[in-house]
This record gives sequence, C-alpha cells and structure tokens, in this order.
Amino acid sequence: MAIEFLPIAILFVLAIALAVFIVFLGSIFGPKRYINTKMMPYESGMTPIGPGTRRMNVRFYLIAVLFILFDIEVIFFLPWAVVFRSLGLFALIEMLVFIGILLVGYVYAWKKGALEWE
Amino acid sequence: MTTTDLLSVFPLLILILWACLVLLLDVFLKRERLTTILTAIGLVVTLGFSISQNNLNLTGFNNMVVVDNFAVYLNIIFLGSGLLAISLAHDYLKRMGINRGEFYVLLMFSISGMMLMAIAADLIVFFLALELLSIPLYVLAAFARPRVESEEAGMKYFLLGAFSGGFVVYGIALVFGATATTNLSGIAARIAEHQADIPLLTIGAALILVGFSFKVAVVPFQMWTPDVYHGAPSAVTAFMAIGAKAAGFAALMRIFVAALPTLSEQITPIIWVLAALTMIVGNIVAVAQSNIKRMLAYSSIAHAGYILMALVSYGQSSVASVSVSAALFYLLSYAVTNFGAWAVVIAVEKAEGKGLALDDYAGIGRKYPALAAAMAIFMLSFTGVPPTLGFVGKFYLFRAVIDGGYIGLAVIGVLTSLISAFYYLRVVVIMYMRDGEPEVRSEPWLNLTTAFTAIATIVLSIFSAPILQWASQAILSTF
Amino acid sequence: MIPTTYYIVLSALLFTIGALGVLIRRNAIIIFMAIELMLNAANLAFVAFTRMYGIIDGQVFVFFVMTVAAAEVAVGLALIVAIFRTKHNIDIDQLNNLKG
Repeated sequence: MAIEFLPIAILFVLAIALAVFIVFLGSIFGPKRYINTKMMPYESGMTPIGPGTRRMNVRFYLIAVLFILFDIEVIFFLPWAVVFRSLGLFALIEMLVFIGILLVGYVYAWKKGALEWE
Repeated sequence: MTTTDLLSVFPLLILILWACLVLLLDVFLKRERLTTILTAIGLVVTLGFSISQNNLNLTGFNNMVVVDNFAVYLNIIFLGSGLLAISLAHDYLKRMGINRGEFYVLLMFSISGMMLMAIAADLIVFFLALELLSIPLYVLAAFARPRVESEEAGMKYFLLGAFSGGFVVYGIALVFGATATTNLSGIAARIAEHQADIPLLTIGAALILVGFSFKVAVVPFQMWTPDVYHGAPSAVTAFMAIGAKAAGFAALMRIFVAALPTLSEQITPIIWVLAALTMIVGNIVAVAQSNIKRMLAYSSIAHAGYILMALVSYGQSSVASVSVSAALFYLLSYAVTNFGAWAVVIAVEKAEGKGLALDDYAGIGRKYPALAAAMAIFMLSFTGVPPTLGFVGKFYLFRAVIDGGYIGLAVIGVLTSLISAFYYLRVVVIMYMRDGEPEVRSEPWLNLTTAFTAIATIVLSIFSAPILQWASQAILSTF
Repeated sequence: MIPTTYYIVLSALLFTIGALGVLIRRNAIIIFMAIELMLNAANLAFVAFTRMYGIIDGQVFVFFVMTVAAAEVAVGLALIVAIFRTKHNIDIDQLNNLKG
C-alpha cells in the first residue's frame, strides 16, 4: 500500500522544497523597504478603516442563525432528488409538506421582525 | 407509506400540525389567552387519539416506530404533564411578566418529541426525538429573558444537552458499526445470529447510556440539574423534571430491554453503580439545600436513581417486564407528586427570585392550612410514606429489584429513603412549627392543580390496583 | 484501499478532542465548536461504516445529524446573543449567578 503513495509523497516533498526555496531566494535578493502603505493590511485595494478585529454587530448573528437553519435544511433535497423519479407523486407531496413546515418557521421569523435591519 | 404507518404516528402528526397552526395564529393575532386555550384543546384531542391506540400494537415505517402499550402509557403521561404544565404556567407567566405565546408552542413541540421517543424503535428516531424534545426545552429554560438567571439556566442546559447529544450520536455510530443496522429489531437479530462485533457494541451501548444519563440526571452526569432547575421559570422546571426524565427512561428501557438484553453481563454492573451513586449523592446533597428549587432538583436526581434501579435486572427476561412496569408506575406517581410540589412552590414564589428559600415557608401551616396540608402530602409522597402514591411506587419498585436478586441495591434504596425523610419532613416542620408571615398567591388554576394532584396522590394510592394493572400491561414489545 | 479501522481511529480521536474541548475551554463559542467536532466525529464513523458494509443507512443518518446540529447551533447562538446583551461576556465561568 505504501508504494502506491510514493509518487504523491515525492510530489509533496518537491512542492514544499520548491516553495521554501523560492521564498528563501526572495528574502535574500529582494529589496526591503518598509513604508507605511506597504505595511497596511490588504483589503482588496480599499483603504482599511479601523482594526480588523473589531466587534461585529449583534444583528449579523441573528441573520446568520436564520441563514444556517434554512441553508442546512436544503440538504434533504439532495437524496429526495436522487430517488424522485422512482417515488413519483408521493415524494412531491412529502417535499411540499417539508417546505410547508419550513415556511411556517419563515413566516414566524418574518412576522417577528427578525428579517428587518432596524 | 401505508395506512398502518399513518395510523401509528397519527396523534403525533395531529400535535405537530396543531403546534404549527397555533404558532401562526399566535404571531398574527397576538392573543395569549386564545393560544392557551387552543394549546389545551390540542393536547386533549391528542390525548384522546393516544388513548385510542391502546392495545393496537402497531408497527410503522419499516419497524422504525412501534406503538405498543408501553408507548401509549408514556404518551398519556407526557400529554397529561403538558396539561398540568399549562395550568401551572397560565397565571405564573403573567405574574412574572413573561406571558408570551411561544411558551405553549414550544411546550407542544417538546411533547411531540417525547411522544416520538416513546414510539421510537430505530436509533435514528431516538436521536431525532431526543433533539426534538430538548431544543424547545433549552429555549423554555431561558424563557424568562432578560432575567440573567434564566438565561444562564438555558445556556447551561443547552451546553450539557448538546454535549450529551454528542455521546448519544457517537454511541449510535458505534452500534451501527457493530451491527450494520440502526433498527432495534435488526440489532437484536444480528446479535442473535452472532454477527455483531460485541466489543464495539458494548462501547456504543455504554456511550448511549452516558448520553441518556445526562438527560435523566444520573450521578455523575447530574451537575447541570440544580442550576437549570433553579434558574428556569418554575412552571418550565416542573414540566422538565417529568417530561425529559420520563422520555429519557423510555429510551433507555426500549433500547436496552428490547435490543440489547444479551449485553447485560457488561452493562448491568455499570447501571448498578450509577443507580447506587445517584440515590446516595442526590439524597445526601439535598439535605444541605436551603433553596426549595435546588432541594427539589436534588430530589429529582435521587428519584432518577430509584427509577434506574428498575433497569438493573433488564437482562433477565422473566423479571424485566415486571421491572419496566414498576418503573412506569413510579414515573406516574413521581409525575403527580412532582407537579403538586411545584404548584406549591409557584404559589409561594414571588417575582425576582424571591420566596424560594425554605424559610419563606414558615407559618404557612397556620395561615394557609389547605396549602400546607397539600405540601405535606407531596413531601410524604416523595419520602414514600403510606398512604401516598410515592409509597406504592417505591413498594413495587423495591419488590421488582429484590425479585431480580439485587438485594444490596434495594437496601441502599431503603437507607437513602430514610435520609430523604429528613429534608422532606423539614419542609413540613418549617411550615407548621415555625412562625412567619408568608404571602401566598391564590390563583384559580394553580389552586385547582394543587388540589387535584394532592387528592390524586392519596386516592390513587388507595386504588392503585387498576393503574398497576394498566402499567403491567404496558409491556415493551420485544423483537 | 484504506482500511475502515483508520477512519474509526481518526473519528475516535476527533471525538475525544471534542469532548476534552468541551470540558477544558471556557468560551461558549469554542465549546460549541468542540460539540460540533464530536458530532462530526460521529458522522465520519457513520460514513466509514456505511462504506464498509456497502449500505446507505449511515449516510442518511449523517444528513439528520447535520440538520439537527444546525438547529442546535441556531438555538445556541441565539442564547449566546441574549446572554451577551445582558452580561457583555460569554465566558462560562462568568455564568455563576446560580449557586446553592
């Protein structure tokens, strides 16, 4: 079994060695100028405003909680889609019931104002 | 899906559908009184359907659910507890300023999880039921938000509950690995054919035992209980003490008696030690409590130990069914007594966590003789003094344990009951012997609950034969 | 092919790390993550056993575990936010208002 993985192991070693070697070359021959603009955190070209570890608004969590729920529940669509053809109408009705239950939760969250920012 | 499938889960479907409807009605109409009434109606209707399932003995969804008399008995306890919890909560929530309609909806969802637990016959269903009953309870424990005690109770219950859920899932994974199936009948069949990996199966079963031990508050997995019982709103605690415990024991009895009797050689000593430890620690620590809610929490730990005794002899098929029915009867007697005691606690409790010290019960005997008499009945029933339901329950339980040949355990049970007499009777002594200026709420539904449970504790103990008959018919269907 | 035992050993290790994490760490969010690790260790075991036996049951179970874990996380996060609003802290050692 170990022999089968030998090429991959060699590839790993080579890749790591090459990466280390190139970084090493760069640090020896490259010019080093530490200026303010260069030491700034990179935020896709924007000028950073404030520290990166500042506190998130609590409202993000509320949205995140709802997102997790509705996002993960979709997982049941996958096996359903796989066997849908062999089960037919019954599977369709069952999935409608499932979506109906999710909708109850959605309507509740909406009506409670969980989806509003202010 | 066949008609039998539908029939087997019919009460459950009704309850869940009803809970969804009530949730929407509540959020659109915002009338708590209507929500309360609708919830009570839903529970009563479901109770009717549940009772109609008696003696039907259905299996549905390829043996994933089994509706036997065991399940029907437990479902009746769950639904009855729900109704009692509503009558306790009705005025309590208003008084505490947390009168939100979600309470009733969460209660219904939690009850549906418990009912699913009672009919489950597949480890997947057990896991789903466990979470369906627990997640609403986490929210209910934190229901008195923004009171920090309640939030803390919810958080602690959540963390320990999720932790124990992890043990259950991993245990199920190992059992699945050992037997290639999650179905209880399949597991029993694989063991019988000697195709199961016994070491893996034993570890898996032990992990499942640990997970459910957290849920039913067995020492050494009980550390969350006093804090959660103390911090949660009292009406929630009363429900949690019965519902979660009964559901946890339902799962343990079903899994171990129906699927794993062959493992009893390895598992029985563990259960023996757990039961003995639970009875000893629960009763001794309860003596030191000065807060009535914490005292009742330790008392509930101790009672979990008594019920766990019934499981020790689960491997002996001749004794197992007697032990199960003794445990079921004990659960009923504990449920009735427990709701009564919590009703009294709620009557004495004031807002902001006041009125919970044992000293606040001083003088109740003179000023409110009826309430004091009811509390005395509940305390005697907890202790196991005749003529109360607690005595009958303990009597049958100890007899079942002795029948199983575990005399040592029965002796520990009797001795710890004697210790428990000290702290239960202390409440009675404080009520009657000490002077004080107690203030007690008199709310119609609360008084009704107290009176009902007090009378039931006495009357049912005198006419216990039909209930015991019913409990002894509530046998698990084995595979 | 990698033997199933390797997966089971890995999942047992992950489960132990998760359980220890719950017992040792004090930050509620980290405890959450440790609990998730325990559940996912179980998922790994399920998938490994499923492949070993050539049946599908275990994979279905994994779906249920994942969805239920999401529901749990939602409730847990909501509780954390509620506690944070009252206490401005999520260190569980600070949760000590309930004492006997």
